[in-house]
Amino acid sequence: MTIAEQGRPAQGRSAASSGKRPSRLFRNPMSKIASIPMIFTAVVIFLGGTVWTVIYSFTSSGLLPRLNWVGLAQYDRLWTSRKWIVSIENLGIYGICSLIGTLLIAFTLAALLDRKIRGEDTFRTIFLYPFALSFIVTGLVWQWILNPELGLQHIVRGLGWTTFNFDPLNNPSIVMYGLLIAGLWQGTGLIMCIMLAGLRGIDEDIWKAARVDGIGTVKTYIRIIIPMMRPVFVTSLVLIGAGIVKLYDLVVAQTSGGPGISSEVPAKYVMTAMFGGQNLGQGFAASTMMLVTVVIILIPWAYLEFGGKKRG
Amino acid sequence: MKLTTKLLAATAIVGAGAAHATDLEVMHWWTSGGEANAVSKLAEAWDATGNKWIDGAIAGGGDTARPIMVSRIIGGDPPAAFQFNHGRQAEELIQAGLLMDLTDVAEANHWKDIVNPPSLLDACTVDGKVYCAPINIHSWQWMWLSDAAYAKAGVPVPTNWEEFAATAPALQAAGITPLAMGGQSWQQNGAFGVMALALAGQDAWLKVNKDKDATVVMGPEYTKVFEAFGAAREFSAGLNVQDWNQATAAVIDGTAGAQIMGDWAQGEFAMAGKVAGTDYECLPGLGDAAILDTGGDAFYFPVNSDPAITAAQKELAALLLSPAVQVSFNSAKGSLPIRGDVDLTTVNECTQKGLDLLAAGKVVPAGTELLSPDTVTQLNDLMTEFWSTPTMTPAEVQKQYADIIASAT
Repeated sequence: MTIAEQGRPAQGRSAASSGKRPSRLFRNPMSKIASIPMIFTAVVIFLGGTVWTVIYSFTSSGLLPRLNWVGLAQYDRLWTSRKWIVSIENLGIYGICSLIGTLLIAFTLAALLDRKIRGEDTFRTIFLYPFALSFIVTGLVWQWILNPELGLQHIVRGLGWTTFNFDPLNNPSIVMYGLLIAGLWQGTGLIMCIMLAGLRGIDEDIWKAARVDGIGTVKTYIRIIIPMMRPVFVTSLVLIGAGIVKLYDLVVAQTSGGPGISSEVPAKYVMTAMFGGQNLGQGFAASTMMLVTVVIILIPWAYLEFGGKKRG
Repeated sequence: MKLTTKLLAATAIVGAGAAHATDLEVMHWWTSGGEANAVSKLAEAWDATGNKWIDGAIAGGGDTARPIMVSRIIGGDPPAAFQFNHGRQAEELIQAGLLMDLTDVAEANHWKDIVNPPSLLDACTVDGKVYCAPINIHSWQWMWLSDAAYAKAGVPVPTNWEEFAATAPALQAAGITPLAMGGQSWQQNGAFGVMALALAGQDAWLKVNKDKDATVVMGPEYTKVFEAFGAAREFSAGLNVQDWNQATAAVIDGTAGAQIMGDWAQGEFAMAGKVAGTDYECLPGLGDAAILDTGGDAFYFPVNSDPAITAAQKELAALLLSPAVQVSFNSAKGSLPIRGDVDLTTVNECTQKGLDLLAAGKVVPAGTELLSPDTVTQLNDLMTEFWSTPTMTPAEVQKQYADIIASAT
């Protein structure tokens, strides 16, 4: 994104100096040819697959896709299903908490590491390590840790606090926070590294200037450094957002959607409908709704982010 | 010319060799101790014919395994054979022409005469053609009780659901969870099905599951069932386990009083060295109405373009129904054989009860034969929500159950 922004004025200058505007289509032919496979993948697989899914969401496809039109019946059933509503609510809770939690923890850790502490490399490795694990492993590990009979609760009770109660995975009202702990544990390391890179990109002179003006460290971070790190935050936001929407394997490993349906998420609803229930149409309708939600969030953001610049 | 002849001859030799020793990949979800033991009997029998059994076990139960199998079949890389439950799960695969027609094997081996109950072969038959080889009969309608747990609580072992409900407080007072129930939705919905057949009776159960009559769900017979199911939810509080065999283990070691689970649980008791009648008791139909459903497993064979593999698939289909394999497999698995003319050599008390009911014709088709997987999934979701939401009343769940039955196909 930043590259594109820097590239634009340069193009403008060269076009102006040569007098006539060369067709943009034939500039850098080699790079255009090289990107054909990627363009093909994007159009055929992503776009084609999306259109296909949306079309078949209006059919009564069961185990195999078939073009029996049923109109909006699949959507009607989707939005009257308790499980779908619960899934959406859960994703909302997880999404907001995960977004805020990841950004806060990751930035704090990155800022602490940025203070040139001893053993920075060690800490960075430790914090990044969970990211190397798959969500299935993370889910299983945290399922054991949060298991009341052999995990955290058992250990604390063994130390003498016999009334200690911490059993999120078996309590429907707080099970999403049990998932959130595992999600944060896994996800913050990567965001921290991105933030740390962003902090290292800040010119040392900024710090010197702030010190000369007598601005405190915390205030410098909040008022000067964070606004300067806007591109880094945008990248982090996209990464975290993608992680939230595709939340699936963590739930499968940790709770399988239980207790009851209290930790169901939309992606799991799609999988269960398509493969457990042998009802592709219902699964497609649910995934189309996921796409619509993402688009509703993305379009205003993209408009603000890119649309505003072009006018200016 | 000479070269061509040589090549042809070489191909023929290779082809003939392949027909005699063929590797067949068989996919199934039998992974618990008792199940794995049973599947090894099948593998031994198949290897003994000079072929090779390539085991494709998928852990995590049918709900996990079926999508993997289906995606392999649709994706053009089918296994040679795969396990599904009897009934409607493979309906669409058959309609799409992806599965092999076994009618000639069935006729050559007289399946029509030997398969008992005949509804099992009907479940394999679409438009007069046979598409699967039934291998065993499993029924859900069993309650397993721990003698040790009842001895500890100082009450006699119940002989029906009413007695079980009456003695539950005594067990709770002794620190025992009366009813062990795993957290997965199919277990809760399955247990409800058992209670419905036992407490509402065969007629009401068939009207709901076969005729999809939602008014019966709202009727007095089913109201009783939903209330009993609400009580069962109270009886199971305090034991948090997920898998069915963990719940069975709680009954085996006496920390839970009883479990409503299909006869596959018996394999776990056998593996733990427990004896029916002294260590554990079994009540078909909860002791109230001794009727069994005849679900179970069947093997399907995807269409294959290689004639050697096709021949081997048919050979395997015939082998699965042979008396020797039926005896060795079903004895290990705790299930009942699909043919009435074999003797299980070592049957215990519980298996004998099941065989007697089967011989007496006290059977109904399995829920998976009557309801589509889509409906089963909806019911699973509803029942597991009820089970883990203490504020949800039996009346609420009854209303939603009726809605699902009304929209079922």
